[in-house]
Amino acid sequence: MLLLVMASFGFVVLYSAAGGSLTPWAGLHMVRFLVFLGMAIVFSRLKENFWKTIAFPVYIVVVIMLLGVELLGAVRGGSQRWLSLGFIRIQPSELMKPAIILAVARFYDLLPAGQIRTWGAIWPLLVLLSFPCALILLQPDLGTTITVVAGAMTVAFLAGLPMRLFIGGAAAVAVIAPLAFFFALEDYQQRRVTTFLNPENDPLGAGYHISQSKIAIGSGGIFGKGFLNGTQSHLDYLPEGHTDFVFATMAEEWGLMGGVAVLTGFFLLFRWGLGVAMKAKTRFSQLLAAGLSTTIFFYVAINLMMVMGLAPVVGIPLPFLSHGGSSMMTIMICIGILMAIDRHPGRRGGTFG
Amino acid sequence: MTITGGKTISSAVQALTFTRRATVVGGLQIGIGALLAGRMAYISVAENERYQLLSESNRVNLTLVPPRRGWLIDRNGKPIANNKTDFRVDLIPDRMRDKDKTVATLAELLTLDPEEVDRINEELEQATSFQPVQVATGLDWENFAAVSVRLPDLPGVSPRQGFSRFYPSGAAVGHLVGYVGIASAEEFKENPDPILVTPGYKIGKDGLEKTFEERLQGKPGAKRVEVTARGKIVRELDSRPDIPGKAMQLALDVDLQEYAARRLGPESGSVVVMDCETGDILAMTSMPSFDPNSFSDGIGQTEYGMLRDDDHIPLRDKSLKGLFPPGSTVKPMVSLALLRSGIDPEETVRCPGGLRVGNRFFNCHSTHGTVNMKQANALSCDTYFYKMALRIGYDSIALMARELGLGAKYDLPVASQSYGTVPDTQWIKMRHKRVWEDFDTVNSAIGQGYFLSNPLQLCVMMARIAAGRKLTANLLYKKDQPTAEPLDISPEHLSYVREAMSAVVNGNGTARRARLPLDNIKLGGKTGTAQVVSLKYGRGGRDVPWKFRDHGLFVCFAPVDNPRYAASVVIQHGGGSSSAYPVARDVMTYLFDRDKAMKRLLAMEESWGGTIPERMDRKLAAYRAQKELEKAIAEGRITPEEVIAASESTDPGLGQ
Repeated sequence: MLLLVMASFGFVVLYSAAGGSLTPWAGLHMVRFLVFLGMAIVFSRLKENFWKTIAFPVYIVVVIMLLGVELLGAVRGGSQRWLSLGFIRIQPSELMKPAIILAVARFYDLLPAGQIRTWGAIWPLLVLLSFPCALILLQPDLGTTITVVAGAMTVAFLAGLPMRLFIGGAAAVAVIAPLAFFFALEDYQQRRVTTFLNPENDPLGAGYHISQSKIAIGSGGIFGKGFLNGTQSHLDYLPEGHTDFVFATMAEEWGLMGGVAVLTGFFLLFRWGLGVAMKAKTRFSQLLAAGLSTTIFFYVAINLMMVMGLAPVVGIPLPFLSHGGSSMMTIMICIGILMAIDRHPGRRGGTFG
Repeated sequence: MTITGGKTISSAVQALTFTRRATVVGGLQIGIGALLAGRMAYISVAENERYQLLSESNRVNLTLVPPRRGWLIDRNGKPIANNKTDFRVDLIPDRMRDKDKTVATLAELLTLDPEEVDRINEELEQATSFQPVQVATGLDWENFAAVSVRLPDLPGVSPRQGFSRFYPSGAAVGHLVGYVGIASAEEFKENPDPILVTPGYKIGKDGLEKTFEERLQGKPGAKRVEVTARGKIVRELDSRPDIPGKAMQLALDVDLQEYAARRLGPESGSVVVMDCETGDILAMTSMPSFDPNSFSDGIGQTEYGMLRDDDHIPLRDKSLKGLFPPGSTVKPMVSLALLRSGIDPEETVRCPGGLRVGNRFFNCHSTHGTVNMKQANALSCDTYFYKMALRIGYDSIALMARELGLGAKYDLPVASQSYGTVPDTQWIKMRHKRVWEDFDTVNSAIGQGYFLSNPLQLCVMMARIAAGRKLTANLLYKKDQPTAEPLDISPEHLSYVREAMSAVVNGNGTARRARLPLDNIKLGGKTGTAQVVSLKYGRGGRDVPWKFRDHGLFVCFAPVDNPRYAASVVIQHGGGSSSAYPVARDVMTYLFDRDKAMKRLLAMEESWGGTIPERMDRKLAAYRAQKELEKAIAEGRITPEEVIAASESTDPGLGQ
């Protein structure tokens, strides 16, 4: 129900972004949502054991798909993120987000409780992460890489890996980040970071996205300019007003009220997601549910921070509102699995079973 | 919680860890959510005003519409300067992408000549980003449409329909009204009003256009349009019409002004005509002149070069800034001084062809025999005035000169005027640190020596003698001009001098050919010939090089019995007064019988080679050809020998 409301709101916003027209975005958005909702409902009928069984195979298939993208790109020349399956074009890196959660959750499920504080609990995680990360970074797509790593880390954190690893890890990142900035990042990525730190420096160049997005949100005020009255989006000042910056499009027309409504919607969604995780009886479904809802959270958080000028511009869409098939599919897969766990909390396994 | 693997961790502990850590994750999520909500509230509420402004300035583009300048009209309401509808194309350097290509395309579309293209390129290089560079004005609709249609391929090109200044009389009013032009970078710095850099906006640069800028300029209109990020205009939001500048009525009779300018013909000189009742300046022209229309459209390099290089100085307004020794034209004024000092006009002086003063002999231009005051004026006998001036002393003459308006700066709305010198004993002490000598008196009595006046002053002197009133020169028309107070000179003296001046023309005088070809209307006048170089170069007549020739002067009024008009004519290096009084005669004739005067002019213009614009165009073409040739020689494309050979092989009389 909540999903329907949010997706409908997305539909309305996209309708306005196209200048009051179903095409090219709003209509397709709704059709896709309904299709993927159907898929999610099918998923929700599947039992925990099914997910357990397919966890590793799915992971392997997606890694192969990522590899395929790289190879195709190498053959055709130029980087590429899409894999065309004839009738549908999918972005394997998007699929990797739920896949990695499945795999990592399954791994910690299999890991005997006693070994959680041993080296044996860590290196398989790193192995699981290394393949997809390397492949996605090659694309290059930093935003997705971060989401994948963050999702996996959250599962590991919840699984009970020693706290000091995370604190140490955070410290290590703090040291490595500046180094990475100068040596590992592409030129355009470096520019995005520097503009994020100081967008007003270059309002017509690289800071344009952030500046215009803030103008859109800021000029909306409390109640917004009214439906179909957004000037930033309708007059093309706001770039990507129907995809990554859809929140700005929305905020311009609906104001702070609209923003709070969207935030509330997401809050309810995550509360439900974590609730599902808490209620789940098996370790696998607990980790899986928490991991998936956190993945969706990362989408939302990174996107909104970017739109409001709190994070650099990385290409991450806003769930349910942004126009785009692959991310919608990912989100709906996550939702589907969460619904499945909600439906079948499972019996508590392990020694106390 | 210990860390090493020594401890057994059960599933129960693990489940507890999960719950605890999931709460941490949930807490973090709520934290981030709160952060986002706060950030959004901050942007949209606290900074709302700022961002709303930014969004508006994104969306709305304010275009200023240059106001129409106020007209300048003459005393009869005929336009001297008006506005004509104008299709124009400008370049905004800031928005251009490929400058060379854009300029080349425009040159092709508008068939610009290479000189224009050079000018555009040069201005583009110098222009600061905000300054529009004019490509062409006065385009016809077809050309204008051709550019407008191709606009998407030509970023930075701005075609617009506006108004441009037009001076129907062209060069005839050039010096007087001045011209308008684009504000310079300095002017923009002084007053950074965006209207100054709006294409099509001109400000007065010289003459009356400059003096009355504030009155003439009007208030710009504005148009607010909604534009997309790519600059496409979505719709017009609102517009405020411009408020045209106020019109100004000048005292001038523009037909007379134009006639006078044309009548000067190929000469370098000035004609000033005043109304004897009001002091209104009916004509004040200086030729050769420049066409203010060319200046206002942005003058070409070549045309400006031609004006600058011309030895007849078309860029100087001779009627106000040309200083000439007044020569014998001061004799009526000196006569008035003599009469006031008690000299009997019937007293005679014998003229043996000059006068010895001290150890120098001062020539008279002829041997006049015995002359009284009237004859001395009519024949312009220098000896009479030498002698009489020495008797009364020069200071009383200088006093009279000042009373009649010489040596004074007038209260006129012009940028500058040169007001010359009326020398006297005080002045020579201050200026030359010496005592006034008799030869100074002798020189000054015939308007030579240190005596300098501009043509307008001579006309004022003439008008005051003719009217007997202290007239002031007016450039602006006023309906009820207060009558000027009478001069402090006896009316009998004035009428005696006017009679003497009539004798110059209508008696046995020096300007008998200046008689008006009209029944019942008599002209009174006084000739003057001002030496340019000392006599050892010969008498500066027509047989010496132009710049050594004497200036020709003539002051006159008509009708003699009831003066209505006064005029002064100065022909620079005219070779004597005979160059000046025919001009004065025809201009005066024009005031009473336009057709007769016009007929005479047209015949003369034919012999000069056409009207003013025709002659100016031909001159420009010749100048351009010559510059081209010089450039070709300088660049080594042609050798000077080839040029000589070429000019020998063709008839030199047929030069272009």
